[in-house]
Amino acid sequence: MKLSKRTAALIATGLSGVMVLSACGGGDDEGSSSADGGSFSIYIGEPENPLMPGNTNETEGGQVLDSLFTGLVQYDPETNEAAFTGVAESIESDDQTTWTVKLNDGWTFHDGSPVNAQSFVDAWNYTAYSPNAQGNSYFFANIVGYGDLQAPEAGGDPVATEMSGLRVVDDLTFEVTLSSPYAQWPTTVGYTAFFPLPPAFFDDPAAFGEQPIGNGPFQAVEPFVPGQGVTLTRYEDFAGDEPAKAESVEYRVYVEQDTAYTDLQGGSLDIMDTLPPDAIASAESEFGDRYIETAQGDITSLGFPTYDQRFADPNVRKAFSMAIDRQAISDAIFNGTRTPATSFISPVVPGYREGACEACELNVEEANSLLDAAGFDRSQPVDLWFNAGAGHDAWMEAVGNQLRENLGVEYQLRGDLPQAEFLPLKDAKGMTGPFRDAWIMDYPVAENFLGPLYSSVALPPAGSNYTFYSNPQFDQLLQQGNAAASDDEAVAAYQAAEDVLIADLPSAPLFYRLNQGAHSENVDNVIIDAFGRIDAAAVEVVS
Amino acid sequence: MGRYVARRLLLTIPVLIGASFLIFAMVYALPGDPIRALGGDRPLAPAVVAQLRDEYNLDDPLVVQYAKYVGDLLQGDFGTDFRGREVLDTIEQRLPVTIQLAVVAILFEAVIGIIAGVLAGIRRNGFLDNVVLVSSTIVVSVPILVLAFVAQFVFGLQLGWFPISGIGEGWYSFVLPGLVLAAGSLAYVARLTRTSVAENMRADYVRTAKAKGLPRRTVIVRHTLRNSLIPVVTFIGADIGTLMGGAIVTESVFNLPGIGRAIFDAVRAQEGAVVVGIVTLMVFFFIFFNLVVDVLYAVLDPRIRYD
Repeated sequence: MKLSKRTAALIATGLSGVMVLSACGGGDDEGSSSADGGSFSIYIGEPENPLMPGNTNETEGGQVLDSLFTGLVQYDPETNEAAFTGVAESIESDDQTTWTVKLNDGWTFHDGSPVNAQSFVDAWNYTAYSPNAQGNSYFFANIVGYGDLQAPEAGGDPVATEMSGLRVVDDLTFEVTLSSPYAQWPTTVGYTAFFPLPPAFFDDPAAFGEQPIGNGPFQAVEPFVPGQGVTLTRYEDFAGDEPAKAESVEYRVYVEQDTAYTDLQGGSLDIMDTLPPDAIASAESEFGDRYIETAQGDITSLGFPTYDQRFADPNVRKAFSMAIDRQAISDAIFNGTRTPATSFISPVVPGYREGACEACELNVEEANSLLDAAGFDRSQPVDLWFNAGAGHDAWMEAVGNQLRENLGVEYQLRGDLPQAEFLPLKDAKGMTGPFRDAWIMDYPVAENFLGPLYSSVALPPAGSNYTFYSNPQFDQLLQQGNAAASDDEAVAAYQAAEDVLIADLPSAPLFYRLNQGAHSENVDNVIIDAFGRIDAAAVEVVS
Repeated sequence: MGRYVARRLLLTIPVLIGASFLIFAMVYALPGDPIRALGGDRPLAPAVVAQLRDEYNLDDPLVVQYAKYVGDLLQGDFGTDFRGREVLDTIEQRLPVTIQLAVVAILFEAVIGIIAGVLAGIRRNGFLDNVVLVSSTIVVSVPILVLAFVAQFVFGLQLGWFPISGIGEGWYSFVLPGLVLAAGSLAYVARLTRTSVAENMRADYVRTAKAKGLPRRTVIVRHTLRNSLIPVVTFIGADIGTLMGGAIVTESVFNLPGIGRAIFDAVRAQEGAVVVGIVTLMVFFFIFFNLVVDVLYAVLDPRIRYD
């Protein structure tokens, strides 16, 4: 049976050959050419969404979009105040409710089409319209007519496709009517969700999501490749004051921060805006003046389930807060790279008062007497909740140890649920003890640290008020701040609102994080802003 | 032979249907709400959540979801992930990377493994045998994660012989990850070949061949090796199937955008369509390469007949 054998061999090799060949087609990569000296690379994690302004609410995609788009206003990396260096010439209002946005002339998208009032109005309507399922939809919830763009049931059609609160006045002017006064509104519009969109977007949003057409200092000449990244080149017709200094920037996707860090050490990666935890201790000495550390606009708190009988008494919550030595945890677990929080508001925004929260300082004696007075049952252990797999185990355990040591309360770590289970449990009042509560600001306004986290309108499932705190006085002071005619008045009202929080302490502010990054010798002028983003246009290639 | 292959290929159809349903059911059974996790700490607008749940049929019972999935599949629609990206695009982009990595790994595994095994096996307890024994024991006992980081640090960063990560340098980028990925199996192949060769060296037919006065090379290559390779081919065949499923650790450490990472991400995000699409493809690969192995048996061992 010689024949059979030979046939068999032929079939076997033939089959596998066909498989390999058919699958291998198009497998070649472009390769990285960085010859002209004007290009550099930045680490990013995999963006979670297509690169559309209305659907990008995380840092990875946000970083890329930030290079591709310029919004109405831009945030000063030093002061974090909104500056009119973007597309808007002015944003004005007499009553803090109806805002007139005037645009600068001469801005164009990367495909040559002009940036005009319609570009903004169309983009915002698209994002707000619920059948488009855009993650950033809620940013437009305070514009009149937003409700009409929400489908009454899944798959149904909303009443309208355009918000009645948006009106194009002329080519370079449009009017926005809010449902209630909000004096800080002009500061909010620098956020990703508010970027303009060219007509090309509406023809094919999916294609746009892979290769966005923006109006920013860099343009995408090739589509973003998931798992790999994208190289952006300088947009020569950029209308802003500060065009990109480098000729191109590559955003390279890594799964493992450790791998990226090894590449950075080896010089094949230029900038990381975040460092792997193991490297933090040694990075400063290794990179010297190429190590970057800046403040981040965020807060990590220990939220209390105010709906739970054991934590309904503010004095119990204060006692827990006073039993935590924030600096010790920062030193022991984070190498001192967390700033102890003594306010509900971040130091990077106007209105921050250092030491505002007295119950945020370690005071074991006071804590114990408060706990005694409240009649707290110390024999029952408390549950400490956090989401799994995100590196929160060590510091939550440290919190637990301090509670045990300082208050004599045993603890149980409840950190085995991933976000997909943890978040629904938070929404459903399922926290049986203090839990990790973290927030990164959307825009540099004190209100952003108060309203979305503690106001009655932000109760889950619509908002992030996971402590289920509700206090009419707080809500009212917040309203007052929003409607204030001047910034000083607004800040005063927000601080008064914060004082209400400090008295009730629905959560214990713990830390503010620092951005930690490093760059290679190839680049200079690397700035990480309070959003954790690198200003790619400002980066200079030196070698 | 042809009928045998046809029958085996036909049999894959019920297996694929069963496997895809099981995988679909497993993703369905995962606790938690994937759409809720999309929003993170800041929940999505309620109407947007409803829209997404509707788009991905998440409110339907398992059987209805699966029926809708298969219905779309029959029209050539593999579904999309939560980012709206086609599953087919993901496979098309990532499979070549995984194939390149698997090819390099299999090459190392087969060539180095078999040569080392034969050298060790023909002189049992000789010097080479001991070298292979010790080195393979060491390699097998080091976790691949450690191996990957050490190799990357030493050969990538310090010596600079290979790129540290990524696929920027074509096939050359796959040499180091391929070697790391192959290491464990390579040691196993060497041990397997060694045992098999050593055993066959004492078989009657080898003694006969030697007695006939055949040159030593012919005895080893034509008679011993061919018979010794059956268990090795089985192992390598099964290994190809496994490697095509992607190597999550190796792909992550060396930052190779392959299929393993895609599955890992999809399982974590509970993207049913992506997991089912890719894993079903992997099941097919596995069945297919097992078929290739079975066919190869007939080539290696004349006593095996399939007709």
